[in-house]
Amino acid sequence: MLEFIINILSTPSILVGLVALLGLVLQKKPIESVIKGTVKTIVGFLVLTAGASFLQSGSLNAFGDLFNYAFSMHGVVPNNEAIVSLGLQKFATDTAYIMCFGMIGNILMARFSRWHYIFLTGHHTLYMACMLAVILNAGGLEGIKLWIGGGLLLGFIMSASPAYCEPTMRKIVKTDELGFGHFGGAGYWFSAQCAKLFKGKGRSNEEINFPQRLTFLRDTTVAVGLTMIVFFMIVTIVAVSKGLLHENATALLKTYPNLSGLLNVGAETKTHWAVWAITSGLSFAGGVYIILSGVRLIIGEIVPAFRGIAEKLVPGAIPAIDCPVVFPYAPNAVLIGFLVSFCGGIVGLFVLGFIDANIIPVALILPGVIPHFFCGATAGVFGNAEGGLKGCIFGSFMHGLLITFLPAICMPVMASLKFANTTFSDADFSWMGIVFGNIAQHIKGFGLLSICAIVFLVPIIYNYVAPKKQKKVVVAE
Amino acid sequence: MCCCGQGLGSSMIVGMNVEKALKKLGIHGVCVSHTALSDVSTDSADLFVVGIDLATQMEEYKNKIVLNQLMDMEELETKLKEVFGL
Repeated sequence: MLEFIINILSTPSILVGLVALLGLVLQKKPIESVIKGTVKTIVGFLVLTAGASFLQSGSLNAFGDLFNYAFSMHGVVPNNEAIVSLGLQKFATDTAYIMCFGMIGNILMARFSRWHYIFLTGHHTLYMACMLAVILNAGGLEGIKLWIGGGLLLGFIMSASPAYCEPTMRKIVKTDELGFGHFGGAGYWFSAQCAKLFKGKGRSNEEINFPQRLTFLRDTTVAVGLTMIVFFMIVTIVAVSKGLLHENATALLKTYPNLSGLLNVGAETKTHWAVWAITSGLSFAGGVYIILSGVRLIIGEIVPAFRGIAEKLVPGAIPAIDCPVVFPYAPNAVLIGFLVSFCGGIVGLFVLGFIDANIIPVALILPGVIPHFFCGATAGVFGNAEGGLKGCIFGSFMHGLLITFLPAICMPVMASLKFANTTFSDADFSWMGIVFGNIAQHIKGFGLLSICAIVFLVPIIYNYVAPKKQKKVVVAE
Repeated sequence: MCCCGQGLGSSMIVGMNVEKALKKLGIHGVCVSHTALSDVSTDSADLFVVGIDLATQMEEYKNKIVLNQLMDMEELETKLKEVFGL
């Protein structure tokens, strides 16, 4: 019997289902809603897992091999969904517990520190939980220690990220009742600081006319599909021109086991390499689509429960909302931010290529369109709020460089995910990974757990020790 | 139906707001859900709610509410009232 219970509690899909069940019961939902929500959450988790294997077998592994053959380098596509789905294959139970403890940590932080934010971007909570599980596990934490350590850090960043976005956020939305909850926070903060150099000079973006048609890239599937076709095309063309198709296929498959599709090994019909590149690129988008549907099913039940409980326990809680919340305030900055950040990403890629060839081997971080669209656009809005048009351009360009270099620096601490051909894209994942991943490399076990606890407690202790500032009155307009 | 780019964050929050607003207005029997832009077509719901940043993507949709500020409950309530003829 005990074995059965332990088995239930360590089966990730059922575990997240139980979390949803608990949330729904605590909200006193009718029985049919409870059943519906629980089942959907469990199915969501299974869909996510299915997406992960499709993504790997359909395109990601082949891309890694092909990139290696073409450029003799390690190419990495930053995509949160992809990397999380891979991380969950090994750390699913730990991720679920960390997510749960992290949300409790966030409520405690909101209640007892000065950061009254409730982080409502559920998918980012899930992704961060997964990353923390990976890097802290590399520091020798396991089981309950890993869950507590990860939960404390997750609770910390769920409150800290909206806090350092707050000064600029207030300028954008002109109220302090709305927080900003997106783990690109450090990137937006950085963009805003860069933009401050242009404070008061020049005009705001919104005074110029900018075509809005590029918004079709807001459609994730389209955006990922198009960029991955381009990436696959370039890499395949280089590989083919290097004579890939004329080499001995069996010998080649020993070094690059994932290229059988391209080489037509064991296939009855022959696929042209260009057709292969197109379908593989779109398969990547398909994989991300499946994963996203899974994530949507999972967090769709957990976040409303979390919000309901948090608002009851924390008077004056400020909801921290996903990044598109700032887009309506500056539609031009959204598009300029995306384009400029993407350019930053391409420049950054060449710099990384140079470093890799001449100084030390690094992973090449390709400019992923999703991070550049969502994070670049937000960086643009933040830059615009601090420094007008020039601030927007400079801020989002620097942001584009930042989210190219940070993941590259972060790669070595990603432990088991180091060779995954994909990685976390947004700035907060990277800096948390770099800081705590490196700590975990040097301080193992109990010491690491204590550091997690200290990081969590500092803002709370500060609240009680430091003198309270007079609350600033925000004047609209 | 609430839509956003990924169908994960902001559309879910707006969906929760719509549910709250409908309750306040005393409108029952409406099923609110959220999803990504990729997943909708003109007949997948009776009414769509999006932020103004996605308005250009929703031109061919007839029944829609475009929010100038995603989190503004008052704006949402006024626009819902219009649609439901209250």
